[in-house]
Amino acid sequence: MNIAASRIPTSITDWVRYVGQLSLLLGQTVASALTPPFKGTRSLIQAYRIGPGSFMISALVAYFVGMIIALQMAYQMMQLSAELYIPNVVAVALTRELTPVLTALIVAGRVGAGIAAEIGSMVVTEQVDALRAFAVNPVKYLVVPRFLGLIIMLPVLTMLSDMIGIWGGYVICVYKLHISHEMFWKMTFHALTMKDIITGLTKTVFFGGIIAIVGCYHGLSVKGGADGVGKATTTAVVRSFILIIATDCLITFVFYFLLNV
Amino acid sequence: MIEIRNLYKTFGKQMVLNNLSLNIRRGETKVVIGRSGAGKTVLLRNIVGLVRPDSGSIKINGTEVTALGEKEYDRLRMEIGMVFQGGALFDSMNVADNVAFVLNEFMNLDKKTVADKVRDSLALVGLKDVEHMMPAQLSGGMRKRVSLARVLCMEPHIILYDEPTTGVDPITAAAINHLIIELRNKLKVTSIVVTHDMNSAYMVADSIAMFYRGQIIADGTPDEIRNSKHPVIKQFINGEAHGPITEDESLIFGHVK
Repeated sequence: MNIAASRIPTSITDWVRYVGQLSLLLGQTVASALTPPFKGTRSLIQAYRIGPGSFMISALVAYFVGMIIALQMAYQMMQLSAELYIPNVVAVALTRELTPVLTALIVAGRVGAGIAAEIGSMVVTEQVDALRAFAVNPVKYLVVPRFLGLIIMLPVLTMLSDMIGIWGGYVICVYKLHISHEMFWKMTFHALTMKDIITGLTKTVFFGGIIAIVGCYHGLSVKGGADGVGKATTTAVVRSFILIIATDCLITFVFYFLLNV
Repeated sequence: MIEIRNLYKTFGKQMVLNNLSLNIRRGETKVVIGRSGAGKTVLLRNIVGLVRPDSGSIKINGTEVTALGEKEYDRLRMEIGMVFQGGALFDSMNVADNVAFVLNEFMNLDKKTVADKVRDSLALVGLKDVEHMMPAQLSGGMRKRVSLARVLCMEPHIILYDEPTTGVDPITAAAINHLIIELRNKLKVTSIVVTHDMNSAYMVADSIAMFYRGQIIADGTPDEIRNSKHPVIKQFINGEAHGPITEDESLIFGHVK
């Protein structure tokens, strides 16, 4: 399928070519998703596999990150006698940046790797060829449900993780720093704006798309046997991480500096 | 029915199909014999459009297919069933869902009709009460038969068999051979069977084509092939360790004799 699928692109040309190939698959995916017949059940099955399975780990990570931010901020803020602003920092840092990125990285490691391995095994055992021989478009059958499942479930997971992360901050602020319960929520809601929540969740739609497209692309590009599947899985995870962070940087720039909405 | 003219296909530096021409008449069972890894499967994959040739012509029912887009090819693929060498069963589905795959994808049939068709197709390949089993629980021979049942469920006009009797016990092999003959006699299915099992070839073939170095070097009735004086054909059908095929391969692989 490509020359860049089995190794990390080293030059700018390689990266441009690689992103071009991903864009091509994205285009085919969107076109297939909009072409009847529509089989929503497959996307729901994928969403069910992705969501509940990833919830516990992303919630746990968000909870501890919420606590860590509160503790780190406390260390600094106490020197300025500004502990009261810790809830603001926790809420804004989590919803804008940390929860969307961390949840995406967790899902990329867990689900993206699984997608690459599953589709890669199907390629190796001629199942993808069998789909084509039965006049079934592999992009519509394999990529579209995973793409839709991820762009639906990642924002949901992120929203839940946002709440759990803030709860982690609450535990530290209220029980360790003795900020009152009412004050914590007052400061949190005072700091949080709709823009923070929307930009955070918007990012995750892009991240979900990246995880699905990269995982499917590397799965469909598998050459050889088990070795090829292993390489595709690792490569899919590494490149998803890089693309998620790069896209996060780009979206943050667009939202907060270019559009300044 | 299927006319292949001057077909070329290269993978990297390896020329797999080299000016290959072959004719298959409607209702005929054509067996293509040749060594493993020679490119017989590539020929089947070209016919079903999984691989596109570098040049040459493939006409199916008079339609030139090499230039068809995927959507047009898909319409044609509904008439072609391919039995893959390893079965290529969908391992996330049980046997019933595998066999009913095309019915569930393209036809709006009620559950009972689908279940009946699945049962009938499995019965045709000699399998019973395996609907609930997963592909991983099946033996190699059973996988092959389920794969054939999946194709039969489509009721195709053309069936491409990629080594249908390889890796199965002699009784199952004979049953598969009988089924291929029955499909030709009763349903007038046109078949291409790729194999290196000469017993199977003699049993099912209306005609046998010998594939060698990317070309069809002989095409005739089973008797004509059996009595051929061509040294390559003689070595292959008699399974001799020494002869022009192995000498040629020694040169290809660069061994000094």
